Amino acid sequence: MENTLESGGAGASRGNRQYVTFFVSDLFLGVEVQTVQEMLLYQHMTPVPRAARTVKGLINLRGQIVTAVDLRRCLQLDDAPPENELPINVVIRSEVGAVSLLADSIGDVMDVSEDTFEPPPETLSGVAQELVTGVYKLDGRLLLALSTEKMLRREAVN
Amino acid sequence: MDDLQSILDEFLIESSENLARLDLEFVELEQRPDDDDLLSSIFRTIHTIRGTCGFFEFGTLEAIAHRAENLLSQLREHEKRLTPALTTLLLETVDVIKQILKQIEDSGSEGPESYDELRTHLQAACDSEPDAARAQDSAGDASAQTKPDDEKSDDAEPGNAEPASAELSNAEPGNAEPPESPEATAESAVPEDEPSAVSAAPEAEVAAVLPPPLDAPPPPDAPVTVNQGAPPAAAETAESKGRGATPHRSVADSTIRVDVTLLDNLMNLAGELVLSRNQILQHSINYDDASLTATSQRLNLITTELQAEVMKTRMQPIGVVWNKFPRVVRDLGQASGKQITLKMEGEETELDKTIIEAIKDPLTHIVRNSCDHGVEGPSDRVAKGKPAQGTLILRAYHEGGQVNIEILDDGAGIDVAVIREKALQKGVITADQAQRMGEREILNLVFAAGFSTAAKITKVSGRGVGMDVVKTHIEKIGGSIDLQSAVGRGTTIRIKIPLTLAIIPALIVSVGSEKFAIPQVNLLELVRLEESISQTSIEWIHGSPVYRLRGKLLPLIYLNKLLAAEGSAEASAEGSEEASAEKADGALNIVVLQADDRMFGLVVEEVYDTQEIVVKPLSELLKGTNCYAGATIMGDGNVALILDVVGLVQLGCVVNETRSQAITANERQADTGVERQSLLLFRSGTRRLSVPLALVGRLEEFPRSEVEHAGDRDVVQYRGQILALIPLAQQLGLSPAAESGEDEPVQVIVFSEGTRRVGLVVDEILDIVDEAVTIRNQHEQPGILGSAVVGGLVTDFIDLHYLIHNLEQEWFSGAAANAETGGGILIADGSHFSRNLVRNYLEMAGYQVLEAANSQEAMDRLQRERVDVLLSRLDLPGEGPFELLRRVRVEPQWHSLPAVALASGPEEMAQQGEREFEFDDYQMRFDKDATLSSISRLAAVGREPQLAEQRK
Repeated sequence: MENTLESGGAGASRGNRQYVTFFVSDLFLGVEVQTVQEMLLYQHMTPVPRAARTVKGLINLRGQIVTAVDLRRCLQLDDAPPENELPINVVIRSEVGAVSLLADSIGDVMDVSEDTFEPPPETLSGVAQELVTGVYKLDGRLLLALSTEKMLRREAVN
Repeated sequence: MDDLQSILDEFLIESSENLARLDLEFVELEQRPDDDDLLSSIFRTIHTIRGTCGFFEFGTLEAIAHRAENLLSQLREHEKRLTPALTTLLLETVDVIKQILKQIEDSGSEGPESYDELRTHLQAACDSEPDAARAQDSAGDASAQTKPDDEKSDDAEPGNAEPASAELSNAEPGNAEPPESPEATAESAVPEDEPSAVSAAPEAEVAAVLPPPLDAPPPPDAPVTVNQGAPPAAAETAESKGRGATPHRSVADSTIRVDVTLLDNLMNLAGELVLSRNQILQHSINYDDASLTATSQRLNLITTELQAEVMKTRMQPIGVVWNKFPRVVRDLGQASGKQITLKMEGEETELDKTIIEAIKDPLTHIVRNSCDHGVEGPSDRVAKGKPAQGTLILRAYHEGGQVNIEILDDGAGIDVAVIREKALQKGVITADQAQRMGEREILNLVFAAGFSTAAKITKVSGRGVGMDVVKTHIEKIGGSIDLQSAVGRGTTIRIKIPLTLAIIPALIVSVGSEKFAIPQVNLLELVRLEESISQTSIEWIHGSPVYRLRGKLLPLIYLNKLLAAEGSAEASAEGSEEASAEKADGALNIVVLQADDRMFGLVVEEVYDTQEIVVKPLSELLKGTNCYAGATIMGDGNVALILDVVGLVQLGCVVNETRSQAITANERQADTGVERQSLLLFRSGTRRLSVPLALVGRLEEFPRSEVEHAGDRDVVQYRGQILALIPLAQQLGLSPAAESGEDEPVQVIVFSEGTRRVGLVVDEILDIVDEAVTIRNQHEQPGILGSAVVGGLVTDFIDLHYLIHNLEQEWFSGAAANAETGGGILIADGSHFSRNLVRNYLEMAGYQVLEAANSQEAMDRLQRERVDVLLSRLDLPGEGPFELLRRVRVEPQWHSLPAVALASGPEEMAQQGEREFEFDDYQMRFDKDATLSSISRLAAVGREPQLAEQRK
């Protein structure tokens, strides 16, 4: 698709990792580049009644049916205000097949240094403590590394 | 080396196919020990394996096969007769051969095991009859055998012999043949008159190409070479002749082996093509272009055909799975000392390969179960007047785009009562459910998780998959399973499965802006109610909508409400917000569906056409929803969900239940003392009478001629017992109904309590209504509790306790055990009606009953009278049930007083909160049996304090 942003190749130097970043509410989140299949602008979604609250719908990704999960709800944040732009899809590969994570807007693919990594502060509460594996201290902002694996496992249980 | 490997692969594939057939043939042979054709066929298979493994230098395998061959050869020569012991031995041999072949497949070599014991047994069997000369040298024997067979086949019509030699080239020595040798074709072309020469040829060739592979233990090299080629040919030809009618297997030239993954890919591509076709068809409508229309029509046709053909490539007869059952049944029979005949009907019924694989294990389990638990031992059977030999029938047939598989046994059958008991005991169902469930539903509980009827776990079943797993497997492939059973006569398990899973026809419907697909297999018909009648033709029973479809009540489920129900706040967010029942024009579309043999109507907004849809699985993340069978991509590229009809019904039931609960709750709030109840209305004389339906066991009609007299009482024989009849009119002092119609049946309302039953003779059953009634208490007449306005007419409520007590002293002497404690049961319940109802059934069970309308009254009565069990409604007026319980519990004297809470519905039952004290038990208030058993248990053993803890 024309709006596909194919995640770049290796190139990560030693001790560095590449993260695909995006925004959800006021959080700046990232997932490792290897887990990301592609990123898409908003796609038409078929809602799934009676599914968990976090499941936003199903999208048709070139003939493959992909479940779209609302990151705001996964992270127990408030729903996006209606004036917000439509969410973007971060399609990741997972044990349960491709899953699309709906984020507010897209950031860059960033090289981050392991030196700047720190485990999440213990005061982080609830679901964030569980899903955020660590924090990268970047210039002027903090990048939260998101464990998609844990998140999906959590969703599958619910 | 690669060549050798590929030859080996061929050998393995071929051998395992042949061996699978062997199981079947041995069992057949046991029944017809004189069938020479069968023996020849078996002999040939073993012989081929032996011959080929000599080529591969598999010494152990060859030695075993050799001995088996010797034994078979003696059988074929009628030097020995086949005994069950021999069959078992030979079957064991087959197993060992399979084992070794598996080992070869896995590791490339035979493995260290030498199976000396089996060899000894085989040798012993051979030697048991002193005919050493023949047994010793099977090679000589076999080549001697070749002669007459050759002559026979020469006599045979050429047409018969031809496929034999052709197949031979493909299947037998051909295995050992290097693929590059051009002679497979050459050989097929050789005329059929000299089979032995033909088949000998490749062997010579092999020997030439791959020099000294023959390890050749007992027989010398030369005979083996001949042997490998010739006797199979001879046997094959002989068989062709002997079974003249046997359909010829496919000729080598016309079939090829294809990797299954290739077929899978083809299938997927065909699926994608169907989707694209659908999209193009939809688009082409928008263009007024004749050639585009023509092309897309053609595309349509070709795609449909292609899809059908591709589908066929994956079809296999169900016999592929069944083949192993004769062996399974035989072995089980032997092991358990039962005699079981297996009959198979419709082996040729074809199914998609993936489905065949999916049903293999479930079917095996069912067959094992039937043999193990279903069919009884011969002595039991004879004692029951059945033939000593049990019969198990497997039947398969196509019906309406589905395949039905039935497994019938004529065994002991399943006792509904036992199942119910067991299910209750294991907590699979609640007592309340148990009462509402029909026999069939109860029987099908054997498929519920956590349920195993096997009283003892035997070697055969009770391990591995349970029936719940069987059901899960069947349902996973879109099938359904049903069980019917008659005690003493046997059990039938019926499985319905789709022909294929990949592409199914479905009806497209919509609710809100979303489309849903309903698999056509579930679809019965469509009903459209125009606006003018749509409002009036839907009726409501206790909050559940129904429609009269040709005079029968069809329960309705509103898809929009179901999907908008709790747990899916999401659904509305995406646009299906307006959850109105009807569409804008006021017409109502009902899709009549069938699931689990139940019919129901699904109310949807729009009905579109039927389409072939490609089923795509849903992600794990959506597994919990239970109402979707998958998803598909529609012509417009959007995703549509495929509804799982069985799941819908289950959801629908739940939804209705909770909704009706909500309604009753509301009504209660509005007007305490007024409740909606199911009431049975009937007439006696001129009186219009009523009794709560919850108390009624059954309604029966007996011909007047069946009414007999015992003592001064009327009785009838009912279900093997004597049912005492109470003439209601006489009891109430009403003018007896004009005994006019001598030939009119007697209408009887049967009340039952445990094993005791009594019948109330009435003149006419009028109706069953759901109404909110207010009973005015007026004890003006014994036998009448009071009256209320029901259906616009004044109706008297009968006092069952009085009526029965009056006539049926022994009812209470039977029930006296209950009352022995001497104390009473205190019902604390604000509703007069409900109190009466509960009182009624408690008294019928022989208890003394005290009543209290609120918590204060309850305390007062507790102070004054002796109470053994406290029953309290959960919505007790006053300080509420938990406050009452607290006040009771803090008093040392009542510390161990059993207390049971009565709930009006599951919702109330589930209400949990922070409480200081918990009731010992919770029951639904109209669940007579469960409440009674709870009371008798608590009264007998006293309070179990841990019970209260458990609930927390």
